[in-house]
Amino acid sequence: MTTLDTLVINQKAIISDFDEKLIPLKLIEMGCYPGSEVTIIKKALFDCPIYLKINDTYLSIRKELAKEISVETI
Amino acid sequence: MSNTIKVALVGNPNVGKTSIFNILTGLKQKVGNYPGITVEKKIGYTALDQNTKAEIIDLPGTYSINPTSIDEEVALKIILEKGNKDKPDVVVLVADVENLKRNLLLFTQIKDLGFPTILAINMADRMQNNGITINVTELEKNIDSKVILFSAKSNQGINELKEAIRDYQKLSTQPIFDFNSLPIANLNCQTYFDWLHITHTNSIATEPNKEIKKIQHSETVKRYQLINQILKNSYTKDTSKATGLRYKLDALLTHKFWGYVIFFGIMLLVFQSIFEWASVPMDLIDQGFALVNDTLKEILPAGKFTDLITDGLMAGINGVVIFIPQIAILFLFISILEESGYMSRVVFLMDRIMRPFGLNGKSIVPLISGTACAIPAIMAARNIEDNKERLITMLITPFTTCSARIPVYIIIISIIIPDTNTFAGFSWQALTMTILYILGFLVAILSGWVLSKVIKAKHKSYFISEMPEYRKPIIKNIAFNVWDKTKAFVLGAGKIIVPLSILLWFLGTHGTTTFDNAEQIVTKQYATANLAEDALQDKIAAFQLENSYMGHIGKIIEPVVAPLGYDWKIGIAVIASFSAREVFVGTLATIYNIGSHGEDEDFTLIKDVMMNEKRPDGSPVFTFATGVSILLFYAFAMQCMSTIAITRKETNSLKWTVYQAVGMTGFAYIIAFIAYQILK
Repeated sequence: MTTLDTLVINQKAIISDFDEKLIPLKLIEMGCYPGSEVTIIKKALFDCPIYLKINDTYLSIRKELAKEISVETI
Repeated sequence: MSNTIKVALVGNPNVGKTSIFNILTGLKQKVGNYPGITVEKKIGYTALDQNTKAEIIDLPGTYSINPTSIDEEVALKIILEKGNKDKPDVVVLVADVENLKRNLLLFTQIKDLGFPTILAINMADRMQNNGITINVTELEKNIDSKVILFSAKSNQGINELKEAIRDYQKLSTQPIFDFNSLPIANLNCQTYFDWLHITHTNSIATEPNKEIKKIQHSETVKRYQLINQILKNSYTKDTSKATGLRYKLDALLTHKFWGYVIFFGIMLLVFQSIFEWASVPMDLIDQGFALVNDTLKEILPAGKFTDLITDGLMAGINGVVIFIPQIAILFLFISILEESGYMSRVVFLMDRIMRPFGLNGKSIVPLISGTACAIPAIMAARNIEDNKERLITMLITPFTTCSARIPVYIIIISIIIPDTNTFAGFSWQALTMTILYILGFLVAILSGWVLSKVIKAKHKSYFISEMPEYRKPIIKNIAFNVWDKTKAFVLGAGKIIVPLSILLWFLGTHGTTTFDNAEQIVTKQYATANLAEDALQDKIAAFQLENSYMGHIGKIIEPVVAPLGYDWKIGIAVIASFSAREVFVGTLATIYNIGSHGEDEDFTLIKDVMMNEKRPDGSPVFTFATGVSILLFYAFAMQCMSTIAITRKETNSLKWTVYQAVGMTGFAYIIAFIAYQILK
């Protein structure tokens, strides 16, 4: 088990868990919830923000938020 | 008897909601503002049949019914507020075929509120390319409502949608999500409305209840489980057929090196076109106004009233209209960049770089637009969702060197910096100009940094930015957008510029008895000098100005501007520049009596006269120290009525408008003061 920010580009993973207090509702509404498949598409300068695909949604989030999301690599 | 059905268009951002709105309503639409805030309210009309028409309100895009930005809050107020006059009879939820799952989240929420909700799936024409199949009958059964597949390109499905709206009373209003499956038994809420009220109150509370937040999160996850069930036998997607366009373009456009090169290339193009393309229509507007003014002067009887019309009112309207080309071109580019999906890539590229300064990736657009004109630039800050970052962006944008500063810079630089010297092949004059541009940008981002420490954020904000698909922009949408934005500027800024211009005209053309008798006094004074008629007129004009109310104001403020190295005449030019900076040269031209009414603004002539201008003790007025002081003052001071007006409109805060104007001008004063005192 690792966190989302440590994944490399093109790596796929399943979101396993996160601390609900630290994750904004908006991210869950965008499809980021335990069980969703996530793929890293790209990282910007200094690895932040991170551009990823969750289910069918493409979005970018900052590294500090990605750190809070635990994933299981596949 | 005709019957009007109120329809709300609701949907996620980037799903083509605007396209469907434009197709349905055509030119029968209007843009207004919601009371108290600057979020646009778009309403249009369409005939459903002979007896029924629909009033369609296009709500800002939102991902869910739990608002995270001002735009979203507006969308939801209409739906959630009891007794809101725009409360719809039926909701059309516009969804994107490629991301139906996420779009259905909002659908389930709206349907649970008891609205008849039609699901309109956009881009039905792209299904085949993306390997998507939808079983409409099955889907309608699963969501307990009507499903319309439509295409904004071919207008397919539009008539079906109109029929569905007309027959909305046949639709179910039953909730779809089992609300009682949530652990809310002891929270005293019977309906989804009650629950939303609880969660909303909680989310804006100073100390949100963690338990409620947790239930809200779990509600969202459960809704997704329901949606997975809904789509299981009605929607399939063959991922192998997905086109690689996104990946191919992103490989280049978000590249760690080439991404930035391309972005700066595009910005250069935008920059160039604002200066180059806009100059032609701007000259035409100027000439057109001059022509109209001359004609008016000829046909109207000479007198105060005619002067008021031509020099006050018309000058004010000219001051607004002259900005239209720049604003329209800028919004044309911004609309194309947004519609195509590229803007989100810029946000991605720039976020890390802008963040230390209290800004966000999206702040780069206003900052760069600001080099043309702060007015459209501040309007462009609307794209920033986060309130604090948006406010900071709007407050710092006027520091960037706008085109109105250029005439002031050019004339002062040409006076104080000799053009003979060179430094590494560049002229000192060009270098000074470049330094002023860099200085403006540096002060802008440094103030951003300071403001980020001072301003408290109302909501805790996160950076979550969707990366939409690349799309070919739809010309109709862009045309409507450019039109709406430009109109909003003309009406909004015009309300302030025109009266101010009339006021300045009045102050400059009226005075006490000395003013009224100027002609006699001056004629008598120079009776023996044997002056040519033109020269005499110049003397009279100069004397009138000195004795006008504006002249009196100039004398009054002289002690204030003297420490900056300005005499009362420069003081007046500075005061007049508070309507718009470019007024500086024209005002000085009038004051230094070139041309009877300051119309002849021959550059070298003004420059020569300014260089020869002496103080009472015989020393030149425009010394190096005074020149640097003027440059710095113009670089930093808030001297543009239009910008103040637009800040007021966009921030919707008198407080921040005043802080910005006073802060910038105060800073400019201090810096100009220090520079003058050191250099003199």
